[in-house]
Amino acid sequence: MLNKNIYLILIISLVFAISFWIGFNVNLLPAEASINAPIYDELFKILFIIGLIIFIGMTIAVIYSLFKFRKRNDQIGDGIALEGNLSLEIVWTIIPSIIVLLIGLYSYNIYDRMGGMKELNHNHKMMTSNTEKIWAGISQTSDNEIPINNLSIEVSAMQFAFLFNYPKGNFISGELHVPVDQKVSMKMESKDVIHAFWVPEFRIKQDIIPGQPTILNFTPTKVGKYPIICAELCGPYHGGMRASIIVEEESDYNEWFNKNKKPEVNL
Amino acid sequence: MTISIDPQKTNNESLQPKGWLRYFSFSLDHKVIGIQYLVCGFLFYLIGGTLASAIRIELASPMSDFMPRDVYNQVLTLHGTIMIFLWIVPVVNGAFGNYLIPFYVGARDMAFPRLNAVAFWLIPPSGLMLVASYFVEGAAQAGWTAYPPLSITTPQSGQIIWILSVLLLGGSSIFGGINFIATIIKLRRPGLKLMQLPMYCWAMLGTSLLVVLSTPVLAGTLILLSFDIIANTGFFNPVLGGNVVVYQHLFWFYSHPAVYIMVLPAFGLVSEILPIHARKPLFGYTTMVFSIMGIVVLGLVVWAHHMFTSGTPPWMRLFFTIATAFIAVPTGIKFFNWVATLWGGKISINSAMLFSCGFIINFVFGGITGVALAQVPFDIHVHDTYFVVAHFHYIVYGGTVFIIFSSIYHWFPKVTGKMLNEKLGILHFIITFIGFNLCFAPQHWLGLNGMPRRVAEYDPQFQFVNQISSLGALLMAISTIPFLINVFLSVRNGKDAGDNPWNALTPEWLTSSPPPVENWEGEAPLVEEPYGYGKEISEQK
Repeated sequence: MLNKNIYLILIISLVFAISFWIGFNVNLLPAEASINAPIYDELFKILFIIGLIIFIGMTIAVIYSLFKFRKRNDQIGDGIALEGNLSLEIVWTIIPSIIVLLIGLYSYNIYDRMGGMKELNHNHKMMTSNTEKIWAGISQTSDNEIPINNLSIEVSAMQFAFLFNYPKGNFISGELHVPVDQKVSMKMESKDVIHAFWVPEFRIKQDIIPGQPTILNFTPTKVGKYPIICAELCGPYHGGMRASIIVEEESDYNEWFNKNKKPEVNL
Repeated sequence: MTISIDPQKTNNESLQPKGWLRYFSFSLDHKVIGIQYLVCGFLFYLIGGTLASAIRIELASPMSDFMPRDVYNQVLTLHGTIMIFLWIVPVVNGAFGNYLIPFYVGARDMAFPRLNAVAFWLIPPSGLMLVASYFVEGAAQAGWTAYPPLSITTPQSGQIIWILSVLLLGGSSIFGGINFIATIIKLRRPGLKLMQLPMYCWAMLGTSLLVVLSTPVLAGTLILLSFDIIANTGFFNPVLGGNVVVYQHLFWFYSHPAVYIMVLPAFGLVSEILPIHARKPLFGYTTMVFSIMGIVVLGLVVWAHHMFTSGTPPWMRLFFTIATAFIAVPTGIKFFNWVATLWGGKISINSAMLFSCGFIINFVFGGITGVALAQVPFDIHVHDTYFVVAHFHYIVYGGTVFIIFSSIYHWFPKVTGKMLNEKLGILHFIITFIGFNLCFAPQHWLGLNGMPRRVAEYDPQFQFVNQISSLGALLMAISTIPFLINVFLSVRNGKDAGDNPWNALTPEWLTSSPPPVENWEGEAPLVEEPYGYGKEISEQK
């Protein structure tokens, strides 16, 4: 009996060790390029490790049972008439409940850090009337942000393109240029069917819905060019509905902005 | 009150064709209807599988080069609709439910045999109509979810035929659900208590409750959608002031429970198969029953987790996160109990057992990614990507379809009196298991790294992984060959099975194989312990 327990403890620690090793050493995610990304990856790592422990544990249990309790040729009759075990049932009800609850609380914390629980429309008071309802999106804030500097962009999506309107410069671009380390605040609306705005490197996605503006805020942290992908089936060319987001140093961004800026028309 | 039905009253035998012809007739025999469901479902599985192969061929290269883009969208729409509404739902509910439930409750037929036949005969015409819509103006191309406004703006005839077809299939499903509830509650033989029923009855009771509660909502939604398409109403059309997100709420109010309509019966079937081949009682019967009912209740209040990126207020996102994640608890209980059923048994390693164990491993994997997907911040990145595609194929293919095959190996001797060939069966399992995991495991990585679902073209950096996935799909296609050969050879020349080849205690095995029209010669046996393996009762048999 003691021997058996030692083996069991050994196997369980091995499962934990393997899961933790894989969790910390195998990277399944693309580059981290926004404030959201490292927060997301932290959650991913925890879920990945817990998932591995459960999956490897269950797989070992099934394969071991098949091997150990397989019917030998000389055997007849049945296995032991074990119909249940109340304390076991309680254990495997309570432990998963606690795990699920802890994961839920932890992901609430992650969601809050991403800005999911914040008031959404404070940056868009200017653009929206009070009666207009704004839905969802993520509204995260960086610690060193100065709210006035928020870059506001209006996104319109249509079959099969994104257009980015810079109200301050009075121009429309097919490429999204943003300065690094500054909060960008987007109001998105679709001209036809449902689309979605997804930047995998930013770990953010929000549907763009006709007749109902949605908000998405993010802060890029790494200079580079990343794909903007439509993630909601929108018609035959859905797979080709892509754009680019170019994150650049503030000086480069200003140069680009001033080159495209159009003078305001005074009526 | 329990009633036992006189077969002469419900099934006028002299009018029914005999032999194989009865499978093409409006038969009222629950066993014939069960086989009709199974074979019809399998034919549609072959069509849906062909469409899946077409998708994987298209995705073997990053460019859209195998078929036109709009045809690709029709193919993925038909693939999803056929696999859900014409293969999995009719087979795990209709086929096995009809065949087994009357045996399990000790009845000679279902409660409403004519309704039962009508429910089946709705399926072939609506399925053919759906497939034929391709030749009209092209099939529906808005995905199986048919989200407006896309479903309103794509060619109308395909979408309308799709709606009609799904409405008929939903009707068939509701008729079946009513019939199962009535049969399980009212037709139990005298002396048989609810808590003595085999687990599949509980699974079907829970499933049928979900069918009856949620399918009408889908029907109503699709009728409103069809008004938007043909009568220019504005329920969901934003141009006319409609709201597209309301459609998503209504659609998922059915379509999330639909997942449980597809997996709960499989949970029931595996609970029948494991104890027989492990020669042990089903572990934790009472907790299994309560966990089924827990899944039914929770399953009705989790639908909005399909809409975390659609535009939902934060409180709603949180509520649905917690509710969804908690489904893992009753589901986990069932898996622990199945492993405990294996523990200490005398397990026969045969095709039925291997497919069931494959189901446990695949479904645990799909369940883990499911708990992750329930977390709003996690879902926001991977929603509508190949990660989700991989997740639900682990649930419905790695889970339910594995159990359908397991059940076919298990009950084939009951239906035909012949055994299936074990060597071909194990070959079938090995190719399916490897092919399935090769096809869908890499798709998790694709989704995490930026490949959205329902695309005909993708970033060339994903080509290699997509080709691995396509290779897996090829293996899955090949795996049906040994299965079909096995079935055709065994029906003709299979080894004689005898009445009870597995030495089982559940009631369907306590009669001849194949069973007589009235199920038992004489009185239906009272089976108080359907899982009494290892006890005296089993030694006597």
